[in-house]
Amino acid sequence: VRSSMTEREERRFAEVPRESIKLMAESTGVELSEEVATLLAEDVCYRLREATQNSSQFMRHAKRRKLSVEDFNRALRWSNTETVCGYGAQDALPFRPLKEGELFFVEDREINLVELALATNIPKGCAETMVRVHVSYLDGKGNLEPQGTVPTAVQSLSEDLLKYYQQITRAILGEDPHLMKVALLDLQSNSKIAALLPYFVYVISGVKSVSHDLDQLNRLLHMVKSLVQNPYLYLGSYVRSLVSSVMYCILEPLAASINPLNDHWTLRDYAALLLSHIFWTHGDLVSGLYHQILLSLQKVLSDPVRPLCSHYGAVVGLHALGWKAVERVLYPHLPAYWANLQAVLDDYSVSNAQVKADGHKVYGAILVAVERLLKMKALSLTLAAEGGCAGLPGTATGAVGFRENSLGLSPPPEPLSEPPLGIASHLQAGGAGCPWEEWTPVSLPAMYCELYSFFGDSLAVRFSTGPPLGGATPPGPCQPLEGRKEPASSAPNLENTRKMPQLTASMNISPRRDGSPRMEPQPPSLAATVPGRSLARSSSSSSSVSRSRSSSSRPGRSTSQSRDIFPKARFPLPQAGPPAFSFIIGGRQMGRRCQGRRFQTSFTPTPPHTTLPPRAYAHKLPVIGRVSKPVRRWTCSHYSLHLPL
Amino acid sequence: MAAVQDGPMELDAEKEAKPEILSDGTSNLSGNTASGTLSSSPLTAAPAGGAPKMEDQQTLIAVLQFLKRNKLSESVEILRREAGLGEHQEGSQATDGSGGGKGDGDGGDANSLLSRVSITSAAAPQSMPVKSDCIINIFRCDLPFMFMLSEDQPDVSVVLSAYSQQGDPPLYQVYYSGLKNFIESVLDCHRAELSQLFYPLFVHMYLELVYNNHETEAKAFFDKFSGDQECYYQDDLHILCGLTKKEHLKGNEVLLDFRTSRFVLHISRDSYQLLKRHLQERHNNQIWNIIQEHLYIDIFDGMPRSKSQIDSMSGSLAGEAKREVNKAKVFYGLLKEPEIEVPLDDEDDEAENEEGKPKKKKTKKDSLGSKSKKQDPNAPQQNRIPLPELKDSDKLDKIMYMKESTKRIRLGPENLPSICFYTFLNAFQGLTAVDFTDDSSLLAGGFADSTVRVWSVTPKKLRKVKSAGELNVIEKESDDVLERIMDEKTASESKILHGHSGPVYGVSFSPDRNYLLSSSEDGTVRLWSLQTFTCLVGYKGHNYPVWDTHFSPFGYYFVSGGHDRVARLWATDHYQPLRIFAGHLADVTCTRFHPNSNYVATGSTDRTVRLWDVLNANCVRILTGHKGPIHSLAFSPNGKFLASGSTDGRVLLWDIGHGLMIGELKGHTDTIYALKFSRDGEILASGSMDNTVRLWDSMKAFDEVETDDFTATTGHIHLPDNSQELLLGMYHSKSTPVTHLHFTRRNLLLAAGAYNSQ
Repeated sequence: VRSSMTEREERRFAEVPRESIKLMAESTGVELSEEVATLLAEDVCYRLREATQNSSQFMRHAKRRKLSVEDFNRALRWSNTETVCGYGAQDALPFRPLKEGELFFVEDREINLVELALATNIPKGCAETMVRVHVSYLDGKGNLEPQGTVPTAVQSLSEDLLKYYQQITRAILGEDPHLMKVALLDLQSNSKIAALLPYFVYVISGVKSVSHDLDQLNRLLHMVKSLVQNPYLYLGSYVRSLVSSVMYCILEPLAASINPLNDHWTLRDYAALLLSHIFWTHGDLVSGLYHQILLSLQKVLSDPVRPLCSHYGAVVGLHALGWKAVERVLYPHLPAYWANLQAVLDDYSVSNAQVKADGHKVYGAILVAVERLLKMKALSLTLAAEGGCAGLPGTATGAVGFRENSLGLSPPPEPLSEPPLGIASHLQAGGAGCPWEEWTPVSLPAMYCELYSFFGDSLAVRFSTGPPLGGATPPGPCQPLEGRKEPASSAPNLENTRKMPQLTASMNISPRRDGSPRMEPQPPSLAATVPGRSLARSSSSSSSVSRSRSSSSRPGRSTSQSRDIFPKARFPLPQAGPPAFSFIIGGRQMGRRCQGRRFQTSFTPTPPHTTLPPRAYAHKLPVIGRVSKPVRRWTCSHYSLHLPL
Repeated sequence: MAAVQDGPMELDAEKEAKPEILSDGTSNLSGNTASGTLSSSPLTAAPAGGAPKMEDQQTLIAVLQFLKRNKLSESVEILRREAGLGEHQEGSQATDGSGGGKGDGDGGDANSLLSRVSITSAAAPQSMPVKSDCIINIFRCDLPFMFMLSEDQPDVSVVLSAYSQQGDPPLYQVYYSGLKNFIESVLDCHRAELSQLFYPLFVHMYLELVYNNHETEAKAFFDKFSGDQECYYQDDLHILCGLTKKEHLKGNEVLLDFRTSRFVLHISRDSYQLLKRHLQERHNNQIWNIIQEHLYIDIFDGMPRSKSQIDSMSGSLAGEAKREVNKAKVFYGLLKEPEIEVPLDDEDDEAENEEGKPKKKKTKKDSLGSKSKKQDPNAPQQNRIPLPELKDSDKLDKIMYMKESTKRIRLGPENLPSICFYTFLNAFQGLTAVDFTDDSSLLAGGFADSTVRVWSVTPKKLRKVKSAGELNVIEKESDDVLERIMDEKTASESKILHGHSGPVYGVSFSPDRNYLLSSSEDGTVRLWSLQTFTCLVGYKGHNYPVWDTHFSPFGYYFVSGGHDRVARLWATDHYQPLRIFAGHLADVTCTRFHPNSNYVATGSTDRTVRLWDVLNANCVRILTGHKGPIHSLAFSPNGKFLASGSTDGRVLLWDIGHGLMIGELKGHTDTIYALKFSRDGEILASGSMDNTVRLWDSMKAFDEVETDDFTATTGHIHLPDNSQELLLGMYHSKSTPVTHLHFTRRNLLLAAGAYNSQ
């Protein structure tokens, strides 16, 4: 709590309120009377102002416009006051408001020193200060010749570097794939090219001029990858430029994508992967980068005018940034977006065929993204539970595969006050889709329910099956597929993964009108079972309620039009209706010390979500992504929702 | 004869004994009575004969009250007996004073009693009896005395104690707006002049209120009238409005400046008479007191100045300069160049020039009027300041200089210099100072990380001298011994000098390129050898950051100025300063030697430029007119003119001989950190934080000033607003503030600055 502007406008300073003084005093264990606090507050204000005024002198003599922390500290030092430590970072310190209680604070992130110390990617440090000459020749009239541009600036590089630069760019952008590979490899490992970095970045920023040429785009992206992976390069603020080039490939309706034969999807996928790579390895170089990326992705996603390939890019981009990004941006945005996608997918006209195909791509991408979201969320819950019991938080486990797993790595919601792009203001202003301000975590079951209402069984299939997160999930929660088939067989599983509390949900789904291979006569029901327990009754009753509700709201539903009402019907639901799902988490927790404790938690998701029958439509879609055997799954009427919680 | 001082105005600032003010004040009053101009005024109605007796009695009463308050009842008794004062008298005095209030017979609280008296006196001046006025005076003398007794900080408290209770706080607004109404109602020609009073009065009244703990009244006063002040006082007002408590006043430099130095105003006699008459008529004691005690009104005979004339000269922390300050004679001429025989056989590559060269040079010099062989009448004695003997290497350099100057491009409006910009890359906002050697072969940068870096900007690399051991084995008689002592292994483009423990704010090369000076936040000035690239001396004297340092054009001497508000003159072989130039009211931000080395110019945060005589450390010029701290200074090559640039983005041109402003160059939008005249003085280049270099036609600026103006009695000239005509060119860098400018010997303009990526 530093200071807050008061309403008194005639005095244009920050003032430290009395309450802050009291708080600070309390934190050091001193009780202050109201009177003393007032006096102290006034004096503190004055001293702060005095110090600030003095510090401006140091700024002026350093010939800067920006007052630095150092300046302030010098002013303090010269007035025999203890200096303030820990604020020397170059980047602006995030200053955040907290909604409740009008609390303002400087974000103080904890830094894992071990990680920092053991980091393999050691930055090279600052570049050497040097002097460069530029001559403006003036004629008699005082006119000067035009200023040099970057290519001419390259000329001033040393002979060797210049040669290298020419060779590399020629090789990468040239025809010979072998040469390109060699060049990329060298770019990835050469330790002496720091001086060339700006030029390479400049070359890469040329993506905008070759958007018709997928091949060139790919090459440039490979160049980005090589630069990013070069351990000797300190990218610094060039990260921003690289990211913007990559984002261009992800999001822009490239000229190349006009021709459906061009596989720009792969390019976007690759760019998204690259983005996540840059972000996870270099994201710390530019503060607020994460949010800028998220914001631009969100902007694209929420812009219905953008072509579907852009939307696709946004979704894969979010996916690549990790499940948290999906949870924060894609998930809250899904209901709104769904309506648009739906419209596209429902248009069977020939003219729409291409767009529709694109729509399917987007659909698939979303599906993959939310699948990972659900799985990772489940996993994170597990880890959290485990961490609470075993004492060692999930870093060890989380670090195994996806870096998103380790919660510590995921950047905390930084303050949105990032000056460079003026994004913060935009974000705070944009109320509706703003994922950060009003974002509250949604519980996993609730999320599942909601998502299920969109995707129907195709989600369930993917969720329950599929390779366990690309084989990257920690061995604990990852279980062999066979074990999930029946609730009964989860008992031996429990022993294998003994620490895992387990949630088992079995679900009966009737994809009646969807033309799935087998018709099920029962109403959709879901039973979450723990060994020896069944809640089938409650869930079936709830879903019957939902059926009746939906049928009453839309009589024509039975004529395979159910999806039409879907986006509208979703919203009034949370207030009404009994819970449709109830989960019971049961299991055995066993730490290293204790014998194990049986526990059973039952929770009912707060809002009942599936008041509609599962989306019949979903099943018609070709399954996109990595699911191995979707069709066989379809034949089963019983799906076990086997979640390692 | 111009500065005719009015009697009452001659109050000495150094007056230590406060009671004297009383006598002074009364004599002042009686003086007025004698003149008989204002016979109706109750003030002057005091009977000249009866006053002293009355006064004594009042003094006695006041002493009695003081004693009573301090519970010295026996003394009270004794005094009362001896003075023959009855208890009733005392009481009646009080009743009298409080204008019919209930008799405060006990006199328990002199303070409250007296302040009530003063309230009445202020509220109802017409009905106020003379005696109560005297009481006020007594009391005013009394309080400071008590303060001195009670507090052991003589300086600050004495200064501040002048702000003891003087009037009724709520009435301050009335006083001020009374004066304001008056000034707004006078004739236009006087209004501009009298408006100068607003700011100092405002500040003093505000501080008085604050000092007497009338926080709310002070705030109200500030809110009501701060908007009326000139915009160029905004910075000070901003600081001022932060002061709301008496405690804040102690240790506040701005305040002390205001208190210790009298604010100087130039007002024509007519306007002054008008003001005086008004204040006496309206009996506006409060304002009159402030004017007497805290302002210095320099009265001149002649036409009142116009608003623009006043504005161009005002803006400094303590008002304008007193005119007698700038009366001293300044020897601004250049010293005679030493006779150096240019060896003709040396001109191997310029055979065609051999014949014509000396003549050509001579004509050129004559045309410049700067370096003629005969003694310049305005030049100081050759040995006024002892200067170092020329070494052989210096003579060689002089010869080089002459050769170069023959190839010099004659600049002018039709022939602008090309600009060569040295951009510091990867300086990370850390470049704080730059200097070039005179022959433009070396470049030094001071950095915020306390390093000094030296670059060679010619292909010749920087080499260190070999170590002592290696030097021993060198054959000392060989012709190329100077070459042999250099260690080829150390050759590099740049060298880093470590030694300071704070940002380096100023660097300066010695003229012979053997030394480099750097001044730093750590309070020291360091002398570095450019032969060994090591630190030779650390000059300690400034106890605070040293903002700037500059070598004399003849070497040996250098000047430094810093946060301690003084500039110091040093010689390289003395560890203590030779002279201390004290007088600035705030930090000395930049220092420059005059080309003849007899004078030093300093620019300061108090928004004045001062010129100091090196011989006797006297301040010979105070130049006011800047509206912001001054960050750059440049002498014209002929020594006649001075240019100064400040944070307000304006360059002001000064005539040193007359101490007058002769030009104002407007155009920059940010602080000007670099100023330089071309070698012949035709072009002035200015570099600023706004990433531009601007070239100005200085010849035109100097020529357009009518020399007659200087001889006018008022000494105030009309400044032509011709910035746009004088601006010859403006050149943008992409994102590089200009930190330093330098003209090579052939008049190529070198600029330097650090690229700023943000």
